[in-house]
Amino acid sequence: MAVIMDVKEAVKKIKDGMVIHVGGFYAVGTPEDIIDEMVKQGPKNLTLISNDGGAPDKGVGRLLAAGQVKKLIISWGGRTPLIPELVDKGELELELNPQGTLAERIRAAGYGLGGIITPTGLGTMIEEKFGQRVTFNGQDFLYHTPLKADVAIIGAYRADKAGNIIFRRSQRNFCEIMAMAADLTIAQVYKPIEEMGALDPDEIMVPGPLVDILVQQTGEERVMWR
Amino acid sequence: MEMNKLSPREIIPKRIAMMFEDGMLVNLGVGVPGLVPQFLPKGIKVWLHAENGSIGAGAPVPPGGEVDPFMVDASWQYCTMMPGACTFDSSKSFGIIRGGHLAYTVLGALQVDEEGSLANWVVPGGKLAGMGGAMDLVAGAKKVIIATEHCSKDGSSKVLKKCTFPLTGLKVVDYIVTDLAFIEVTPEGLVLKEVAPGVTVEEVVSKTEAKLIIPANVPEMPI
Repeated sequence: MAVIMDVKEAVKKIKDGMVIHVGGFYAVGTPEDIIDEMVKQGPKNLTLISNDGGAPDKGVGRLLAAGQVKKLIISWGGRTPLIPELVDKGELELELNPQGTLAERIRAAGYGLGGIITPTGLGTMIEEKFGQRVTFNGQDFLYHTPLKADVAIIGAYRADKAGNIIFRRSQRNFCEIMAMAADLTIAQVYKPIEEMGALDPDEIMVPGPLVDILVQQTGEERVMWR
Repeated sequence: MEMNKLSPREIIPKRIAMMFEDGMLVNLGVGVPGLVPQFLPKGIKVWLHAENGSIGAGAPVPPGGEVDPFMVDASWQYCTMMPGACTFDSSKSFGIIRGGHLAYTVLGALQVDEEGSLANWVVPGGKLAGMGGAMDLVAGAKKVIIATEHCSKDGSSKVLKKCTFPLTGLKVVDYIVTDLAFIEVTPEGLVLKEVAPGVTVEEVVSKTEAKLIIPANVPEMPI
């Protein structure tokens, strides 16, 4: 059963040097209350794995601005000019992954697989930098290792006290697979956390036992225009 | 110049729209590719796949409008959903892409070459952003259509013998649709299938660095 925790207590679980999955796509699905508290408590030298670099005032962009990130693993960072600046200064290690490769490496970690083999990125910079070419049945692929984290922080729309989660619309993105690919999963829940039995079992997207901590969101979801 | 001459932003999406069939599942990149739905023939509707986990994302909500804060399209625009739309997670979204479930992906290009290789995500020494889902799209869609102006702003050809920028995909492109020509990528090389209205074969050849195979008859685009 998931534990309901104050955001301050939950973020104390995040220590210096940890690897963190941060759910969200353009920061939709990124738990901003948890990010607020991470900026306040200030764990440092973090490795963040996320779809994108958020924006200067949204998602992982805020942790970059606060100087808490050592390494960033993303597929796109075009809204956060700080990323190339920090890389140029040698203050940030950046690993770009094709988006589908990133998703599948995370899924592999959560599903107990030894990695992925994908045709994506053959003959590109991905192969030069870290993809290992393998051949099966005459077809070439790139092998990639799984991506596991110490902690996953994700957004959720509804949750019950068992930890069962339902996402809304495009909030789901990386949150669903990240919930399974970390030692500790913390979900920030938009709607008031519900009693067990309130959610239809057929509509649950992350099974409760895979979620460790629920944090009740207090404010409205933050909207940021492109 | 004729008053009614079509612009590249009309020629390219209009020609591509003619390739779409009713009910197809497609993914369109930002910019000119995103204009294709405006030119679909009457009665033809396609399903739009968005990398961030939806099929059937609808019209963008204008800035300041009332939005569902949980619903954005793949270019960070708050949007509606069409009747019949569905959502899913990123793993399934890219399973749909890599698994060959998209009839077409339409993408822009910085460079495209004789072998059908594409460069469209980073200029050497330029501002670094990332490839996003482009490498998966070109690796997985059934057909890859490139929608691009034939030449760069400085007049140099974007259809090259060999791409010099970092690749998005090696030998992945099927069709190149520009403001001058409709080109098919074949094992033998690039075949000039059509020219844009008012454009001659000679003009296309002179503005193309890549070698073009010229059939006996090269018709005008039927747009």
